[in-house]
Amino acid sequence: MTLLLKSSPHLRKKRTVSDMMQLVMLLALPGLAAQIYFFGWGSLIHIGIAMLVAVIAEALVLEIRKRNFEKAVKDNSALLTGFLLGISIPPFAPWWIPVIGTLFAIVIVKQLYGGLGFNLFNPAMAGYVVLLISFPVQMTSWAPSAELAMVSQSFNDAVSIIFTQFSSEGYSISQMRAGVDGFTMATPLDQVKSNLLNGYTVSEALQAPTFYDANSALSGLGNGWFWVNLLFLLGGLALIQTGVISWHLPLSMLAGLFAISSVFFLINPDQASTPLMHLFSGGCMLGAFFIITDPVTAATSNKGRIVFGFAIGVLIYVIRYWGGYPDAIAFAVLIMNMCVPVIDYYTRPRTYGHKAATSAVSGKGEAE
Amino acid sequence: MTEYQQLSWQGMWKNNPAIVQLLGLCPLLAVTGTVVNALGLGLATMLVLIGSNCTVSLIRNVVPSEIRIPVFVMIIATFVTIIQLTMNAFTYELYQALGIFIPLIVTNCAIIVRAEAYASKNPIQYAAFDGFMMGLGFAVVLVLLGAMRELLGYGTLFDGAHLLFGEWAKDLKIVVYESENPFLLAILPPGAFIGLGLLIALKNALNDRVEKLFTEAPVAKTVQRARVTGDSI
Repeated sequence: MTLLLKSSPHLRKKRTVSDMMQLVMLLALPGLAAQIYFFGWGSLIHIGIAMLVAVIAEALVLEIRKRNFEKAVKDNSALLTGFLLGISIPPFAPWWIPVIGTLFAIVIVKQLYGGLGFNLFNPAMAGYVVLLISFPVQMTSWAPSAELAMVSQSFNDAVSIIFTQFSSEGYSISQMRAGVDGFTMATPLDQVKSNLLNGYTVSEALQAPTFYDANSALSGLGNGWFWVNLLFLLGGLALIQTGVISWHLPLSMLAGLFAISSVFFLINPDQASTPLMHLFSGGCMLGAFFIITDPVTAATSNKGRIVFGFAIGVLIYVIRYWGGYPDAIAFAVLIMNMCVPVIDYYTRPRTYGHKAATSAVSGKGEAE
Repeated sequence: MTEYQQLSWQGMWKNNPAIVQLLGLCPLLAVTGTVVNALGLGLATMLVLIGSNCTVSLIRNVVPSEIRIPVFVMIIATFVTIIQLTMNAFTYELYQALGIFIPLIVTNCAIIVRAEAYASKNPIQYAAFDGFMMGLGFAVVLVLLGAMRELLGYGTLFDGAHLLFGEWAKDLKIVVYESENPFLLAILPPGAFIGLGLLIALKNALNDRVEKLFTEAPVAKTVQRARVTGDSI
């Protein structure tokens, strides 16, 4: 082994914002592929629409603001926003859903606050929340996983559904959403939630075809969703490996969710789903590795990141369990985005050569 | 500017209660879901404002200053009750649609601020005009915000105008576009906050532009050099 003698800087990776954003998108591809495999081509089309609108909107606003739009558009951040929003939208949603969501995300949430680096809220999640509270019907129409669907869908069907609301063979969305037994299929989280509301226990809810599969060891984790989350997890681990994100945020979020869901599961297993199901359903892994790790809107110090992630994990459970919506990543992220200034204030790292601040409020120990 | 012009300018633009002073936000955000609701509440507020301003101005030399605030509140509450009962009698459905926000006009800071800051110090004709202008400024913002939200949310304008003006006004309804999926965000409270923010931004932008038009370009500063070494530049 030869030792290199070099003067600083020792960091040799020249990674621009644009490279980082690109890498995030690349490593989300396995999860996206699983999502397309199980739930149809819709996601891909939504991502396409969202990315297109994102870049156009970003360029237009930057032109109005008289900024150098070429440079700003090339940093891929608008593309990433569109990408993440597109993944989050249910595959059968009509075409104007990603358009409205992306416009809101880019124009209002990102550019009105000053553009990349100045936005308080995660643009993709703010856009998603706007869509979710504005168009609850379209935003909860998830498809059953491909093996359970009564009607199988091709790429043409997906295009046709998104633009006309009917598949190329004339099936309506509710027919496309029907499972083998003819009932409209819900997502696992939806299913558990509505069954619990109707007085069933979790183990009874898990008998539904959304979960139950006699041949599979994974029965009970939700058909399809488990694999989507697993692949997002793998992509996310690779993302940590490349150094684009640090482990603090995802790990603390998953730990937070695991901790609180274990507590409630141990207290009352009839009414609370298993921690494993919480970790591997909905947008959990996508959120943990690709969404909350947005460097602009997350806490900045490592200690702060752990607080931020953990609180998101706990909030996700709180909203899933007591809230009105089956999934909660977006709400939890937005709520914690608002807390970031406070978190950052109380978790300022010690400056080298200085003693740790005894009290952040009085500011003692900072000076000299 | 005469006093009347000054009052109009202050109420409608420079000191607008809704988008500059940001007073009375609660009704502003809560009832501006449609143009008609906004107009109803705007008119009610304006009438209360004129009434209370006149009365306060008339008694301004009689009321001891120590107890002026309770007296003002009683006067405002009286006018709100009058408006409330009138609306209950003549525009019952609108009265129900506006609900708690009619009695809550009492707590609208814009009204007591005008009573305290202007009406209690000025003669009745000015006070009445001030009430009218401030009320108009408030109502215009309310209607603008209502129009934005109704247009985005339901795709219509003046829906339900008959609640305010009687049966003939049913024809006032304008359908801009048909939509099966109302844009709920515009109708819900967050939409009101975002809409108000955009209105304030628009007002500030216009203000900047107008001010730039009227102020002359600053004269470039010429510095007299005290000492010059070498050739003068």
